[in-house]
Amino acid sequence: MNRVRRTFFTQAAAGVAILSLAPGFRLVELAVGKSDDEPVSPSVRWGMLVDTSKCAQGCTACVEACNEEHGLYGFGRAESDAQWIRKMELRDEQTGKTHSLPMLCQHCADPPCVDVCPTGASFVRDDGIVLVDKHICIGCRYCMLACPYKARSFIHEELNNQRPHAPRGKGTVESCTFCVHRVDKDLTPACVEACSAAGHGALIFGDLNDQRDPVAQKLRDLPSTQVRDDLKLNTAVRYYGI
Amino acid sequence: MDRIRYTTLSVSAQFYWVLLIALGAVLFIGLLAAHYMEQQGHWVTGMSNQVVWGIPHVFAIFLILAASGALNVASLHSVFKIDSYKPLARLSGLLAIALLTGGLLILVLDLGRPDRLIVAMTTYNFKSIFAWNIFLYTGFVLVTVVYLCLLFQPRMSGLVRTAGLFAFVWRFVLTTGTGSIFGFLVARDAYDAAIMAPLFVAHSLSLGTSVFLLTAIWVFRLMRQPLSGGWLAKLGRLNGVFIAVVLYLIAVQHLTNIYVAQHGDIERFILLEGGLLTVVFWAGQVLLGGLIPMTMFFTGAGGPVWRIVMAAALVALGGFAQLYVIIIGGQVFPLDLFPGMQESSVFFDGVITSYRPSIAELLLGIGGIALAMVVITVAIRVLPFVPLMDMSPDTGKTKR
Repeated sequence: MNRVRRTFFTQAAAGVAILSLAPGFRLVELAVGKSDDEPVSPSVRWGMLVDTSKCAQGCTACVEACNEEHGLYGFGRAESDAQWIRKMELRDEQTGKTHSLPMLCQHCADPPCVDVCPTGASFVRDDGIVLVDKHICIGCRYCMLACPYKARSFIHEELNNQRPHAPRGKGTVESCTFCVHRVDKDLTPACVEACSAAGHGALIFGDLNDQRDPVAQKLRDLPSTQVRDDLKLNTAVRYYGI
Repeated sequence: MDRIRYTTLSVSAQFYWVLLIALGAVLFIGLLAAHYMEQQGHWVTGMSNQVVWGIPHVFAIFLILAASGALNVASLHSVFKIDSYKPLARLSGLLAIALLTGGLLILVLDLGRPDRLIVAMTTYNFKSIFAWNIFLYTGFVLVTVVYLCLLFQPRMSGLVRTAGLFAFVWRFVLTTGTGSIFGFLVARDAYDAAIMAPLFVAHSLSLGTSVFLLTAIWVFRLMRQPLSGGWLAKLGRLNGVFIAVVLYLIAVQHLTNIYVAQHGDIERFILLEGGLLTVVFWAGQVLLGGLIPMTMFFTGAGGPVWRIVMAAALVALGGFAQLYVIIIGGQVFPLDLFPGMQESSVFFDGVITSYRPSIAELLLGIGGIALAMVVITVAIRVLPFVPLMDMSPDTGKTKR
């Protein structure tokens, strides 16, 4: 009996110790996403590192995954078809070195699209994701002129078969959402998942503010650049290898 | 100065209605074109994700600039106290309102969601110069309406100068705001320059004066009113100065951009290698729209009326050319995301894209001009906007 009691107290003490240590070590990881009414935290800043040394020329897995995830389809009119993420091929004019990389909304901390939007339809969520409120976008396209990355598309046609999590509307502007519907469920964006599945692992997504997050660690260890860093927009998408 | 008498449009009822129906038909076709664009989506226009603003914006900004400049004549009376322009002040104010209305119609109907106009009027992001412009445009109409009301009340003449000064300041702020729409675009090498604001202010002065000259001559001819008198020559010479200022600012704009190494490519494109755009710049904007009419105004402003009409029409043509070069030229040229790299993608990175306006877009733009003309025609028919002029060459006296 004494042995049983001793065992009980020992296990109970161990349990208490684990519970008290757990918050520090975050042993109980968030297994489920936030509820819909839970506000996003400004302590988080979602971001992405593009390792161009791993990005394969000719691979468009990220583009295809994005199109599939958000129901983007073309009408055979390349100039007006929506493009949330595109592959760019670069060639250094001096050295001839080539690079291949995805270009998407850079989710700037100081986004020009948000500055110029007359109605406030373009906005930055507390966790740094730049979005368009489709209910108050009037389709003036000023944000598209202002975006240094040509990352926004205007919907030129009536659309059908939309994804419930990615509502789109003719006459409004749209761009990469960092797959906010997935991020809110603690999943990674579709492009990141597809890049890993294709065996490249060139895209790393995470919380830039969390020093334990792989993306923050990589950014601390690797020399990365921001596209158009002369504009000082503090982009959430950083590139390594260019 | 003698008391000025004004009259309504004294043409036959038949002529008036034919004119109104003709203008109304053009306006209606413009509205049908806008409806078509909205129903089908913007893919039926020449605009795309590469060139997001097109011919409708050229027309709209042309009319907005001309509107604020059309108030010049009224300002010469109420701000600069030149009484010889007083008889023309009412027509000047009316033209300002009419042109702005036409420009706003085009802007609104080109929106992806014109049905959300109420959103644009009630939900503002005050960091956006576009939002400020909504206030500036609607406010300009209000200010000018008040100014016109005071002009119609001789007993209120004491307030006319105050209202005129207010409208004068407002119009400067308005065109500064319109130029800043482009000046604040840090992303594009063709824009992103503080000089855009004064350039648009100067451009509005020459455009507005030209459109006023054309309108006034048209109305006076319709009513068989004498065009003799010094006002045509004086306004013509003044317009020559405005055109000179525009040409100077264009030169400064491009020379300073050339000096900035990273903007050299866009300047080479616009000034030398842009094909049609380069032709539009040199032949349309600089020569036909600038040097030739400036010379005509300086050397022959006191000559026959057709010279004034031709010079003013050339300035208007040059205005379209200038806005086309700024708006379209600045967009077809690719963004340079990675300086020193050759860029390519399926989304037209690194290549000069093309823009071919559709008929629907053109009809919407022309519809905006038609609306302005409808407003003018109806207004001068029902209210006494037109002075009974017999202005002698230098004094500008009017007959009783």
